Amino acid sequence: MYVAVKGGEQAIDAAHRWMAEERRGDPALPEITPAQISEQLGRAVDRVMAEGALYDRALAARAIRQAQGDLIEAAFLLRAYRATLPRLVDSEPVDTGAMRAKRRISAVFKDLPGGQRLGPTMDYTHRLLDPDATGPAAPEPAPPEPPPGEPAPAEPPPPAALPRVMAMLGADALIEPDGDPAPAAADLTTAPLGFPAPRPLRLQALARGDEGFLLALGYSTQRGYGNNHPFVGELRVGEVAVSLVPPELGFAIEIGEITLTECEMVNQFAGSRNVPAQFTRGYGLCFGHADRKAIAMALVDRAMRAGELGEDVTAPAQQVEFVLSHCDNIEATGFVEHLKLPHHVDFQSELETIRALRAAAGDDDATL
Amino acid sequence: MQLYNFAYLDEHTKRMIRRAILKAVAIPGHQIPFASREMPLPYGWGTGGIQVTAAILGPDDVLKVIDQGADDTTNAVSIRRFFARTSSIRTTTRTPEASVIQTRHRIPETALRAGQIIVYQVPIPEPLYRLTPSRADAARMHALADYGAMHVRLYEDIARHGRVALAYDYPVMVNGRYLMSPSPIPAYDNPKLHMNPALQLFGAGREKRLYALPPYTEVRPLDFEDHPFDPHRADAACALCGAADTYLDELIADDTGRRRFICSDTDSCDSRREETGA
Repeated sequence: MYVAVKGGEQAIDAAHRWMAEERRGDPALPEITPAQISEQLGRAVDRVMAEGALYDRALAARAIRQAQGDLIEAAFLLRAYRATLPRLVDSEPVDTGAMRAKRRISAVFKDLPGGQRLGPTMDYTHRLLDPDATGPAAPEPAPPEPPPGEPAPAEPPPPAALPRVMAMLGADALIEPDGDPAPAAADLTTAPLGFPAPRPLRLQALARGDEGFLLALGYSTQRGYGNNHPFVGELRVGEVAVSLVPPELGFAIEIGEITLTECEMVNQFAGSRNVPAQFTRGYGLCFGHADRKAIAMALVDRAMRAGELGEDVTAPAQQVEFVLSHCDNIEATGFVEHLKLPHHVDFQSELETIRALRAAAGDDDATL
Repeated sequence: MQLYNFAYLDEHTKRMIRRAILKAVAIPGHQIPFASREMPLPYGWGTGGIQVTAAILGPDDVLKVIDQGADDTTNAVSIRRFFARTSSIRTTTRTPEASVIQTRHRIPETALRAGQIIVYQVPIPEPLYRLTPSRADAARMHALADYGAMHVRLYEDIARHGRVALAYDYPVMVNGRYLMSPSPIPAYDNPKLHMNPALQLFGAGREKRLYALPPYTEVRPLDFEDHPFDPHRADAACALCGAADTYLDELIADDTGRRRFICSDTDSCDSRREETGA
């Protein structure tokens, strides 16, 4: 019972047993496995890894099951776990230019070196519910092989490192140069966020920020609240190698691969007193295959550069402190939901205050 | 079994949209709210245009769908397939053969004729959103034809940069009364809106607005006597058909950043090549 805040052990135990029972659901049905979640609910796993700020598919899948599919709760489980991990060494910066991209599109050029690659995307599906209640259709078969005798079409060459669209624009100096490649940025996970926050720190916060929050803020810029005239210069999804330099070796070794989504936004900019008309940049990078998150992040990153570029700072998405202080859903969900905790001591004092105020007002009336 | 009605939408929804279209045609350039439905394509992919098209298609129509001027772009292919699948009408890539043309971001180079309908996909129907993000404020400005601030906005561009810095979605005055977004077509296409013999319909699904230009409507881009409307196109000829008077796409030819230009309107480019044997 809620009232028994003190000595509520039995109540808590019972609540947890009940929750475990609800989470398991009908015991006649087989229990879902983390491997199934990882394989068949990959996008959920991607999101939990991004917002949980820990790249571990197996743990993220376990967290999703444990959290009954509540993805913010699952991200919270990962965050709480990652906080216990010793931080031994920083990896080398990942080279997204060398990404083995399964998806790479540009909205600003019809064709470009390396080509447009849709990759595995829902973009051009028609959202018609599958009439078969047993589940989505099996993958459609690929086009038939040519009959024997006819030469097989040439296999597409293995994906090579794709040139960056932004570099092609930069060759004409139509776009501002990229940021300083090696600023000594603070690490958001080991130092508290302070303001003013430099761009690398902002990007760290956005990378693990809530997808829904970034989506809404990015969308607001498109509807006039801080418009920044965006075009997706390039969106790429694929595997990048992670390397680190062990102190005892002194050279880089590759320790594995992670899947990343990167969005480089090109934003029209009419120029200001100090800066000529040119394209400016917004940047988004996150774990897993997450077009929506990466694009929204790039919109918000560019919006937060309004002050630096001499634009008026008027809209929510342009206010760095507002965005960064509220984009973390672990912090947000904790504080919003904490309102359900007992607050009766505070409330009691409020009761007394209201009574006192009314009594005072009554006295005043009486004296009139 | 027929799971969905002809052209996907149910007849009640079509009637609601047709009524809104009639109202839109009666008040050229004025945005009419309509009860936009969730469509099986995402908002931003052309749900407004798709709903308008679905509401006006009949079994004898011939549909052409273009995106960025091209019939072969992914989203155009997807929308054309959608209608082929849900209505089994005839589709075409030939501008003169089409009775209904749904478009995103271009007006075909081939002049449209009386009897044709062109349906534009519109992301932001409100041309005043650059001045005020509040749609309530914008509605009041439209009601009072209070467009001075938009002229000031253009004037500021000229004062700062020597020219208007709007390259697409360049606002127009319709029939001397309403300021209208032509949708994000390049400013180069704006003159084609003026006195066009075809019926032009504009659908914005997410924003739940539609508007129209009846045939032969006066449509003028906002400008000044001493700074007349002056749209730009790439100063080049199409590498495929040689046209020097069409809107061009810029392609990056190789890693060194060499450029080449081709027509954005694939049908007009193909036709010209057939004629000239190029």
